[in-house]
Amino acid sequence: MPVRGYVVVNETYCKGCELCVEACPQHVLGLDATHITAKGYHPATLIADGCTGCGICGVMCPEAAITIYREKSGVERITS
Amino acid sequence: MTTMQTENETLVYARPESLTNVSTHYCPGCTHGIAHRLIAEVIDEMGIRERMIGVASVGCSVFAYNYFNFDFVQAPHGRAPAMATGVKRVLPDKMVITYQGDGDMASIGMAEIVHAATRGENITVFFINNTNYGMTGGQMAPTTLPGQKTTSSIHGRDVETQGYPIRAAELLSQLDGSSYVVRRSLNDPKNVRLAKKAIRVALEVQARGLGFSMIEFLSICPTNWGMTPEASKKWLEEKMIPYYPLGDYKVHPAVAQIKI
Repeated sequence: MPVRGYVVVNETYCKGCELCVEACPQHVLGLDATHITAKGYHPATLIADGCTGCGICGVMCPEAAITIYREKSGVERITS
Repeated sequence: MTTMQTENETLVYARPESLTNVSTHYCPGCTHGIAHRLIAEVIDEMGIRERMIGVASVGCSVFAYNYFNFDFVQAPHGRAPAMATGVKRVLPDKMVITYQGDGDMASIGMAEIVHAATRGENITVFFINNTNYGMTGGQMAPTTLPGQKTTSSIHGRDVETQGYPIRAAELLSQLDGSSYVVRRSLNDPKNVRLAKKAIRVALEVQARGLGFSMIEFLSICPTNWGMTPEASKKWLEEKMIPYYPLGDYKVHPAVAQIKI
């Protein structure tokens, strides 16, 4: 079972620059074209399953807008 | 914002405490933000936020005092190293940093930075090189590459009349007073991580009283370069890094012994 994680993008800071989208090794980040932030940008969001919580999007984010979580290994999931 | 953490998951990364909760004025994709974030992360890791005093420069980086969650003063154009000298000499137990762009440090403030370095002032200088004057509209800076088009060199920088770019890291590394002078890039995750390590070393140099430390960050300026952030990263890699090679230019033997 691969490691699972997820990210939460704070829309107060995100400016849709796509540096995280380009950096994501799993290609699961994208811009949310259906949504506009208060500053007028499409914010980054998870667009597919497969986030491992590696943290590389957070390394490249110029706005420190991304909070990254990773599931602890060895935890049994009810759904799986 | 959901920042709840359950017992089945670990927090990998969250916004550092040393940044205030305000949105920056930087353009989307500007790597000033990455430099801010890295400095804030290192300050959090070292636990020195209450001891920090920053000196902001003039240029895009002028609003650094709004974004860092510690004390800041703002210096006249280019005079941040002179002001930092005064702050550090009056309050030697504080950690003093300056945060300057290339228009500020490599142009109008060249005298201040050279003399602060040659005196071996115990301060840390963060220098952002994005090859133009960002805030005023992308004019030619001392760091603009030969042939690069800017709003004040519309046919490309002509070295016959406008001279050659200044390599600030190499220049300051020649001075006996400097202890730690390196150049890093902010274009990809690997280089960003190396930049963070260099920031840690530079602040350790100051914490141990080993003298002057300076880090030059190669940075992108998508708006004034007229490119997307992704294209800017490629341009930095293909054009800037060959002219401004990354590396350690001055590491004093005492600094080389620092283990982190």
